[in-house]
Amino acid sequence: MRGPTTDGLASGRVSAAQEPHFPPEVEENFFLPGLVEGSFPWLTKITLLVWLAVGLLIVYFLWAYRRPQLVPTKRQWMAESLYGFVRNRMAGDLIGHEGLRFAPYFTTLFCFLLLTNLFSIIPGIQISPNSHIAFPIVLAVISYVLFIWVGVRRHGFLAYFKQALLPPAPWFILPILMPIELFSTFIVRPVTLALRLFANMFAGHMILLVFTLGGFAMLNATALLAPVSVVSWLLTIALTLLEALIAVLQAYIFVILTASYVQGALAEEH
Amino acid sequence: MDLAQITGEVGAIGYGLAAIGPGIGVGIIFAAYIQSTARQPESARMTQPFLWIGFAVVEALALLGIAFGFVFAGD
Repeated sequence: MRGPTTDGLASGRVSAAQEPHFPPEVEENFFLPGLVEGSFPWLTKITLLVWLAVGLLIVYFLWAYRRPQLVPTKRQWMAESLYGFVRNRMAGDLIGHEGLRFAPYFTTLFCFLLLTNLFSIIPGIQISPNSHIAFPIVLAVISYVLFIWVGVRRHGFLAYFKQALLPPAPWFILPILMPIELFSTFIVRPVTLALRLFANMFAGHMILLVFTLGGFAMLNATALLAPVSVVSWLLTIALTLLEALIAVLQAYIFVILTASYVQGALAEEH
Repeated sequence: MDLAQITGEVGAIGYGLAAIGPGIGVGIIFAAYIQSTARQPESARMTQPFLWIGFAVVEALALLGIAFGFVFAGD
């Protein structure tokens, strides 16, 4: 069922005369309608947001690095701090010297995730593209291919799988440990990378919807519940701040876990 | 022959049960960080990445609970 061309929060006023749809449905609030009537059903607000994020990142970094100077200007310093944080504290600390060549990709990934996650609380946008599982899946697959590729290139095809699947353990428990390692390294890692990001963004949006629409539902319910709706909206504000924390944290976690997997793939034989 | 039957939104019960484990887990992680910082304050900076990584990994299970609540909702 396609709801009206709203997405629950950013649609504008929900007047007392119009009954808000509580509890919020997944279909109506996440599967947004195409923007062009009759064609391009894939061109939704979500698609535009992804393009916007990519465009913003390209423009920002190009702009920040025009005419770089030895003593950085404020905008240059900001971009350099961002890159330096990912390069030193994520790639450098976790992987070491050979991790520095991944710093550009990790910075791009981190900034893209940060931007798209923060879209979930920016007024007017208020939904993150990562609340559709497609985008986290693609990013997780890229990380998956990355750490396997790096491992195979470092060790060789068979030697990499030997290094990944055989932990340093006595020979008699290896038959039990090998399936566990196989499952946890080659199945659980990409799945949880994608699912963690998706579930955080999905649940965050859902929580904000519940409290906002719940406030309106209480407002329209009985005269006794109407003041409680204010409490609901105050909680929405608090949860928006929590959502901001979660947005930054999930971007950080995705990149640091990718770095950790690359480090594991590059590690020498036990 | 059914001995007992539960009808209605069983998914809600499922999610409630699923939230127990991660709740305890996150509590343990932060308790460990606080205790270790209390014992040796200089280590706080070094162990902070582990704090956030551990939190996110445990929180993933809690959020799987929320997400699968909708997947298994059926109808």
